Order: sequence, then C-alpha cells, then structure tokens
Amino acid sequence: MKLTKTLLATTALTVATGTAFADDMANDMTLVSWGGAYQNSQQKAYVEPYLEMNPGVTAVWDESSAEAVAKLRAMNEAGSITWDVVDVVAADAIRLCDEGLALEIDPDEDLAAAPDGTSATDDFGDLLVSDCFIPQIVYSTTFGYRTDLVGDTPPTEVCAVFDTETYPGKRSLEKRPINNMEWALLCDGVAKDDVYDVLATDEGQQQALDKLATIKDDVIWWSAGADTPQLLADGEVIMGSTYNGRLFAAIEEQDQPIGMLWDAQVFDLDGWIIPAGLSPEREARARDFIKFATDTQRLADQAKYISYGPARASSAPLVGQHAELGIDMAPHMPTDPDNAANTFLYNYEFWADYRDDIDAKFQAWLAQ
Amino acid sequence: MAEVMQAADGTPLKRSLARALRRQKMRALALIAPLLLFVLITFIVPIASMLFRSVENDIVANTLPYTVEALADWDATGTDLPPAPVYEAMFYDMFLASEAKRHTRLGTRLNYETTGMSSLFRQSGRNMDDIADLSYEPLEDLDDAWDDGETWYALFNTRGVSDTTLLDDQRKRVARLSGAAADAEINFAPDAEVSALLPLAAREYTAWAVFVATQNNRDPAERDPWESVAPALVTDLQRADLSGYVGPAADMLRAAQQANLPVPDFTQEFGAMDEDWASLEPWQTIQTHSGTYTSGYFLNAIDAQKTPDGVAWQPEEKQILLTLFGRTIWMSLLITFSCIALGYPIAWLLANLPMRQANVLLILVLLPFWTSLLVRTSAWKVMLQQQGVINDVLVWIGLVADDGRLIMINNQFGTIVAMTHILLPFMILPMYSVMQTIPPSYLRAAKSLGATNWTAFWRVYFPQSVPGIGAGSILVFILSIGYYITPEIVGGTKGVFISNRIAFHISSSLNWGLAAALGTILLAAVLVLYWAYDKIVGIDNVKLG
Repeated sequence: MKLTKTLLATTALTVATGTAFADDMANDMTLVSWGGAYQNSQQKAYVEPYLEMNPGVTAVWDESSAEAVAKLRAMNEAGSITWDVVDVVAADAIRLCDEGLALEIDPDEDLAAAPDGTSATDDFGDLLVSDCFIPQIVYSTTFGYRTDLVGDTPPTEVCAVFDTETYPGKRSLEKRPINNMEWALLCDGVAKDDVYDVLATDEGQQQALDKLATIKDDVIWWSAGADTPQLLADGEVIMGSTYNGRLFAAIEEQDQPIGMLWDAQVFDLDGWIIPAGLSPEREARARDFIKFATDTQRLADQAKYISYGPARASSAPLVGQHAELGIDMAPHMPTDPDNAANTFLYNYEFWADYRDDIDAKFQAWLAQ
Repeated sequence: MAEVMQAADGTPLKRSLARALRRQKMRALALIAPLLLFVLITFIVPIASMLFRSVENDIVANTLPYTVEALADWDATGTDLPPAPVYEAMFYDMFLASEAKRHTRLGTRLNYETTGMSSLFRQSGRNMDDIADLSYEPLEDLDDAWDDGETWYALFNTRGVSDTTLLDDQRKRVARLSGAAADAEINFAPDAEVSALLPLAAREYTAWAVFVATQNNRDPAERDPWESVAPALVTDLQRADLSGYVGPAADMLRAAQQANLPVPDFTQEFGAMDEDWASLEPWQTIQTHSGTYTSGYFLNAIDAQKTPDGVAWQPEEKQILLTLFGRTIWMSLLITFSCIALGYPIAWLLANLPMRQANVLLILVLLPFWTSLLVRTSAWKVMLQQQGVINDVLVWIGLVADDGRLIMINNQFGTIVAMTHILLPFMILPMYSVMQTIPPSYLRAAKSLGATNWTAFWRVYFPQSVPGIGAGSILVFILSIGYYITPEIVGGTKGVFISNRIAFHISSSLNWGLAAALGTILLAAVLVLYWAYDKIVGIDNVKLG
C-alpha cells in the first residue's frame, strides 16, 4: 500500500515539476530484489527515504534476484538492460563480474565514507569480495531445531545434524552441495582450516558424500528458503538449515517452538550490483542511489526490519530495536559475538571453480 | 496437334489459371502473415537460437586467436608442454582479453570441461601487467620518452603508406573478442615500414589503438598504450635490422636494441604465476575445445566428454543425465497410464450421464484445471507429507502406527500422484469429446445381438474411443516429459526430471550450451515418439474434439 502511495505521489510530482531536477540523472529506477520481508526491509530503510529526498524519482521493484544472473545475461545479449540496481548474493556478483555483466566500482569514490571518516574500503573490509559488489548485509545459513522434539538436551553443535541416535527424526538440508559438504567434513573430523583443501580433492569430495550418506535416508532436501521454517512448523523435520532471517521470523514473529543452532553457521553476503551497459543518465542515478542506500545509517536502519547484520563495521553500533516487535536486534544478528563463536566463511573462489564439478557429483549421488 | 486452350485475353488457359491460383494463395498467405511472423519472431527464432548454443563454441578461438593457432600443431596426447611460441601467443591473447574483461568468460566456459580453469584464467588475467612490466620498466629506465604515449603514436602511425591488412586484422580481432563492432573511425593507421620492421609491436599497438578507439571512444593519439607493447617491441628488436631506418624514434630504437633488453621468458613466467600453466591439462583443454563448433555439450548431455584421446565416458560418480533422461521417460509413461486409468471412467460418465449431471461433473473436472498449478502442487504437499492429512487420517483410523507414518512425498510416488492429478484434465477432455460422438445405439445394438456387457464395451465402444485416448496420451506425455515445477516441489531427490537439470544449468550454472543440448535431445525424443506414434496408431486417428 505504502509503496503504491509513494509511487503515486512521486509520479504526480514528476508530472508537476517536469524535468527541472533531472541534472543528468534518469528519474526512473528498476530495483531488483528477493521480495518478501527482505525487500520490505530495503523499501523501508532506504528506498522510501531516498524517494522522499529526491521528489520526482520513481522506483519499481522486480522480484527476480533468484534468476538475476541468467536474466542479466539474456538482457545483455539482447542489448537491452531494463534493470538499474540489482540485489544479488556475493557468489552471483562474482559471476556477473566475471562475465562482464556488472559495473566495476571504486568503493572509496562511489560509496560513502563512515561518519568518523573511515574510508568505505576499510569500513566494508574483507566483505568487498568482488570489484563489482557493494555489500549490504551479512546473512548466515544455519540450523534451527524444534525445541519440543529434541528432548532435554537441545543440540549445541552442528554435528547434531549427523547424530541420528540422539536426535532421531528427519532433517532438512539444501538440495545443493554448498555448505552441506563443508558441514559433513567438519563433522567427519576435518579441521576448519583444511576443509576447502580437502574438498578440492576427489577423495575429500567422496569423504563428504560418505558422511552425508549416513543421514541420507533422514534428509528432506529443500530448494526454497521458506521450506525449512515450514517443515519445522509442520513438525516434518526436527532440525533443518536455512537463512537465519527466516528462522528469526518463524521464532519471533510467528512464535514457533524453534531454537537457533548458531554453531558453524556459514556467513554469506548479499548486496547490490549495477548492471554494465546502462545509459549514462541511468548509471548516474544508480550510483547516486547506491551511495545513499549503503551509507552507515541506512544499513543500520535496515536491521530494524530484518535480522541480517549490516555489512559496514560502522553500522553495527547503530543497530537498534525491531521496528514492530520492539525487541533488541543485536542478539539476533549472525555477527553478534555470542552467535559468531564458531563461524564458517563461504569460500567464493573455491565454489566458483568447483561448483559445477561437485554439483554433478552431488546430484548423481542424490539420484542413486 | 491439339490446340492450346486459351483464356478470353488470349493467354494460355493453363497459365492464366495458375496465375489466378497463385494470387489466391498469396492472398491467403497475406491473411495469415501476421500470425506467421509473430510465431516466427517470438517462438521459432528464439528457440532456434537457443538450440544453436548447444554446438556454438567460437568463444575459445575468439578470445585466444593466436594461441589456438599456435597450439594447432602441438600433440596433446604426448607428454611435452607446448613450445615457447604458444606461451608467447597466450600472453598477448590473455593481455588483450583481460583488458576487454573477456578472459573470465572464457575461463567459465572452459571450467565446464576442466575444473579449475575458471580461477586459473581469473588470476592469470590479473598478472599480465606484471609480466609486461618485465620489459616495460627497463625500456622506461633507458629513456623516459618510452613512458610517453606520443612516442609510440609517432613511431607506429602512418607516414604515407599504411598497412591496411594489419589494421583490418586487428579490427576483426577486437570485434570477435568483445562481441561488438570495431569498424568506427580511428585516428590511427599502422605505418607499413614500421610494421614490416617491428611486426609484433605494430600488431599489439594497433590492437590497442583499435580497442581504445572503438570500444572506449578515445583518441589513441592522446593515450598511453598498454604495457604489452613493451615486450613486443623488445622481442622485435632482437631480430630487427634497424640500419636503414630513419623514421621517428630511430635513435631510441637503436639505443634499446644495443641495450639488449630482456624479453620475458613467457613459459617460465606463466609457470611461476600458476603451476597449472606448467602442466598439460589447461593446454589440452584449450586445444580439445578450440573448434568453432563443438560436440562437447551434446557429449556432456549423455554423460560423456571430449578428451585429447577422443570421446570418453564421464567418471562414474558424475554420471547423472542419462539416468535422468531414462527416469523422465519412464515416469512420464507411468503418469500417462495412470491418467488413462483414472480418466477413462470419468470421461465415460461425462459422456453418458444426462446433461445436467454431466455439466456439474465437468465443472468438477475443470475447477482444478483453472486453479494455479503452484497451489495444486502445494496442496498435495499438505496432503501427502508425514504430518499431513492422509497420514493423520490413517493414524486416526488405526491403519498406520504413529511412528510408522507413510512416506508419500519427496519421492517418485509424490511426483506421480501430483502430476497425475494435475494432468488429468488434459486426458479427460479429449476422451470426453471423442466419446460424445459415439452413438449409444451402437452399444444397444451389440447387446441386442447377444454381446455381454463386457464384449459390447470391449469390441464396440472401446475401439471407437481410442482416438481420444491417443490424443490425451500425447498431450499428457509431452506435457509431463517437460514438467518442471511439480517435480521440483514434491519430487525430492529421486522424483525429479531432466527439466529440473535444464533449469539448473540455465539459471544457476549458466551452462547454457549444456542446457540447450539437453533441451535439443528432449525435443528430438518427443519428435521421435510422435513419429513412432504416427506409424503405429496414425496421427489421423487422433481427435482433440
């Protein structure tokens, strides 16, 4: 509703004031995101403020982030890019950058510095995993479990997933090798630092699959982020992996008897890219929007609406309370020290190389 | 001799008739032309171009033209690394490709064949400047003027006789590499004398000039060239005879020649950059997949691969696609037969009940047909899951123990049940429309002549309803062979189809070539089945209504 109103209001303004404020920037933006609660958090935290600051600019959403890479490639080949700013996970940003489909950015020039003057490069730090990627949030893939089905000893570490004796029942895992292979190796005694070295070998891949095979009959494989919360709520599974924000919503907003198992959560990033090949006016608008939308305050604001950690170090102290529930958001962030005692960082380089190879093996293994 | 029949205006009747008919045909064609064009543009052309990707492979030769040429004579099945000229060609190809940001694309392409190529190319692209600097820095130390773009421009720009062949070649090279036209006006043409004297440097400078002029819209006269011109120049100077040269920078060239500046040892530099370059594998991959057209994607689609030694099967643990093809066809047949078994009685009822009741029944058939596919699939999830409606009922009436709930979803059973339900209307409707045309008097006649109910049905009614079964089966089978969303949601791991794999390669792995090959095979399989059906049953016997 609110979006429509804003859009209507801004459209009316455009008509009223004409092109007086164009100053070489396009006035229409198409933003691409994931829909749902996440897109809503973006809308509230920075799209609405941006539109208020820039009367006459309109923004429409396209909920296509899941197919962003394929669609951008198709648009590029057709020679007509209809998107201005695209929200993608870091792995996709790397692929888009590799394919020359995303614009390279210079963080210090194109992004706002922190309020204390720290440059954007330092503020984002290691999270700038690609030359084209502007991080927004840190999310994690982690496990939730049914508090009423695990008995008196709720699981505290990720290897409980592989322990079907203590925790009998189905588990849900994502229907792809990423993350599952790492967890399997971790729980098969491989040291955290060695996981990707081991996984790069045929023997290591087999070892991971063998470990997964011990629970294969107890796994329901999911492919959409909403699956695990639903399966948990239905009591179909006793524990399952999904994005931490989804579990937060199920626990805090829907009061489901679900507990968080933060151990060995896998950090991943989500952020913006600007497609390559925009007209100069549209590119200028996209850059202007990105600079605003990823400044320290805006990223901290986003955390009011969803439990994903802001990608800037300087935003963390500004994270406040949930806009509707009024609870402190900091303890629900994957980056909170209590939750981040044992974390795992997704290795983008490794998966860019091995994704197809291991995926073929994984799918063949699943089909056996 | 028979006289030729003539029309009223004196032309032969035959010709006049042909002309009139042709006009008529043209008019008919003009009437359907909008639809024909629409179908052609929005349907046939995109599908054809998508399918063409299954054999298209010009990216390798477009990105690494000189490497592919130099590699052609290398024996990939031997144990020797490629000779030095290959590494040299690779350096210049890779340098330009990384400036154009195309090397990563090629890395992705080759990574489909050999794991690790993607990061090899990505990392190597970053290191090209370092190798070029091995020559650039000594050159610059020798004379600061080498650091100035004007020196290079004056040296290579034409002084009357220009080398148009070189310019055209480099235009082609840049155009093929970047996939964009490179025929814009350029404020540069390579001088014929210098290009004969310093062929490699002239080539690289021209490539640079063409690139900045056509891709970046910059004037090469005002820009500094890439560092790759330095190793090229130093290489040329080792064999150039400068004695007769009096053009620009003559003294500088002579000084550089006398200084005997080092040419980077590309073989060693590549090996130091990444040890993979000092192994056979990347070179074998590049050579094996260097053709403009490839059978590689089709081979991958049937779990095989191209190797230097010819076609070989994929390692067993990676073989999945043939299994999926087989499963797709087998399960589609099962679904088709369940649809026949369930649909036939309903269609019969529809055709034989009084109109009022038949209409109500027909609405019941159509109602789910009008409901969103996703809703129906999700509804089956609610019905079939372990804590779902069916299991709850079975537990409640005591047929199944609470801890022994049936597993009816996330497997083949789930896919078959859900898809049978979803595709049932496609079976019932053609059957119903055929059965409606069978006069009830035939059955009565058969019975009055002494046939039992069964004989009357089997010998009289059923044969007449076969066209409806045929039409329904073709519809259901072809629809289910390409089904995607229902198997994805309820199929778990063993109930998914080949289309789920195609979707993965389209949207996740971006291996569109393989997706196109899989799609082509699927299309061919459907056409073959259609042809077989036509031979066995006859397509004229199929009635949709």
